Amino acid sequence: MRLPVVRFAGRSAVLAADDVDTDQIIPARFLKGTRRDGLGAHLFADRADAPLGTGAAVLVAGRNFGCGSSREHAVWALMDHGFRAVVAPSFADIFFSNALQNGLVPVAAAPAVCGQLAVTPGATVTVDVEALRIGLPDASTAAFTLPRFARHCLLEGLDDLQFLLSQEPLVSAYEAKGGAFPEFRKG
Amino acid sequence: MSQPRTLFAKVWDAHVVRAATADTPAVLYVDLHLLHEVTSPQAFSELRERGLRVRRPDLTVATVDHSTPTDGSPPDAQAAAQIGALTGSCREWSIPLYPVGDARQGIVHVVGPEQGFTQPGMTIVCGDSHTSTHGAFGALAFGIGTSQVAQVLATQCLLALPPLTFAVDIGGRLAEGVTAKDLVLALIARVGAAGATGHVFEYRGPAVEALSMEERMTVCNMSIEAGARAGMVAPDDTTFAYLEGRPQAPRGADWLRAMERWRALATDEGAAFDRRTSLDASGLEPMVTFGTSPGMAVPISGAVPEAEGRPALERALRYMGLTSGQRLAGHPIDVVFIGSCTNARLSDLRQAARVFEGRHVARGVRALVVPGSQKVKRDAEAEGLDRLFRAAGAEWREPGCSMCIAMNGDRLEPGQYAVSTSNRNFEGRQGSGGRTFLASPLTAAASAVTGAIADPRELLS
Repeated sequence: MRLPVVRFAGRSAVLAADDVDTDQIIPARFLKGTRRDGLGAHLFADRADAPLGTGAAVLVAGRNFGCGSSREHAVWALMDHGFRAVVAPSFADIFFSNALQNGLVPVAAAPAVCGQLAVTPGATVTVDVEALRIGLPDASTAAFTLPRFARHCLLEGLDDLQFLLSQEPLVSAYEAKGGAFPEFRKG
Repeated sequence: MSQPRTLFAKVWDAHVVRAATADTPAVLYVDLHLLHEVTSPQAFSELRERGLRVRRPDLTVATVDHSTPTDGSPPDAQAAAQIGALTGSCREWSIPLYPVGDARQGIVHVVGPEQGFTQPGMTIVCGDSHTSTHGAFGALAFGIGTSQVAQVLATQCLLALPPLTFAVDIGGRLAEGVTAKDLVLALIARVGAAGATGHVFEYRGPAVEALSMEERMTVCNMSIEAGARAGMVAPDDTTFAYLEGRPQAPRGADWLRAMERWRALATDEGAAFDRRTSLDASGLEPMVTFGTSPGMAVPISGAVPEAEGRPALERALRYMGLTSGQRLAGHPIDVVFIGSCTNARLSDLRQAARVFEGRHVARGVRALVVPGSQKVKRDAEAEGLDRLFRAAGAEWREPGCSMCIAMNGDRLEPGQYAVSTSNRNFEGRQGSGGRTFLASPLTAAASAVTGAIADPRELLS
């Protein structure tokens, strides 16, 4: 369903702020469509200091990136604009999950690594999902982690839905037993 | 004797279809999937593109709330198309839908509980971060993205790594004029906007047991604002009294069996949590936010904290037009918004009405009261609250998310200040350039009649 994401190099862009919420990534007034594409035009629509249009593939940001609303539009907008990874000291849970569902790599890097990247906008950064390392402007590399299954899906171009569909016999068996509350389950 | 377990662990364990392995997350079964118009169209499209069907339409319920106008006007063309997409998909797959005009329509997190869909021990998901609301019933309820909405539609399951647990022990009792909203704002201020990332809160202790279901929903609703994926309260007699007789609640012998099962969900004596914090409800004041993150909150008698050397705070204060040391009470406002999945239930409106009664919205202030659902609206009108709000100069609206998310035409103008009972004070959340002070319905109403941020306790005595 998806192209594998193994490793890539791209230029960085920096948004040096903590707690960048998904309302800032894409304001709610742009959520009235029914498609996943075309949202890049509204990325950071109200954020004057956002590093847009630089051709960068790696966004460097502060702590708790993607907090707030569960809108996956935030990930779609970032990817539509051309970002393939976000490097930040930490991510909000739902954004982290949404990013992985779409092949946007959320790189939770050490604060010192993010600090180095924050002062070198435009530098070339390598994101290696296979080795779980990012290559920094000073030619050093730093480790990051991804959940094992998420890494596997990125490398193979798989998604959660394919795996879940393969579990159908177990799901049916769970339902046949009556689920969590067999005594009063409807239907 | 088995290992003592938390409420969270009991609900989680009961829904594991396939346990996590070294290579794969757990497959978790979903008992109730709530849908709304904004985060579902792309999920239905994905189903069509992949030739999949909706596996359990009977465990799925849809309503429209985010982009529906609350002034009785028709939705704009884009919103209408989005609502049309949901309507068409629900018809195609026989998913129950409560459209505008249906007596059960409203904000998804108000509708689920009031119709009795939301029940203890369930797993509940929705493409909306405030799904944490339903944890008030002892359900494990959390927000998901649209890709996961598609997964649940197709398989009724999700892949999930077990979160950590975080006990919030709350002692004492809320004082007069201090509400559940103030309690949760105080908690977020303490924990921080990312303080509970990766965790599920369990709210416990005497102050929590004393809360009504609607108050518990307010608290659980804002769990996500501290970064927590979910918040839970053990079901008890308060829960059962709320649920009994609701349209979707079990009946007769089923009800008795259900209660027995639900009572066993409470955290066992001696169960371990990954983290703990405690709070004394008795010492709390009404809270108000001053910044652009829900964690930036202080007691209403307090002042804006020192921001020097704290870039996030400096930026927030620049956006808000506030300075360190400035007192919040008395700050002029333009708009008051009483509504949202946090605070638009009947008890919230009654609280606001206590303040509005016999008073009038201050000159130059616009006050909106937006009930959370058609049922809340009917119940409020049966008590005459609509007339009371109108007599006080406030607008009485149709149900929906309204100015909490500013998608439906209800929004702040650039630079305007609002006291809002909603859940997010993010930059531009209530309209581009709008500036939000989050507070309780009591504080919002007190501010509306004062024309500035006001301590409701001074008006309640």
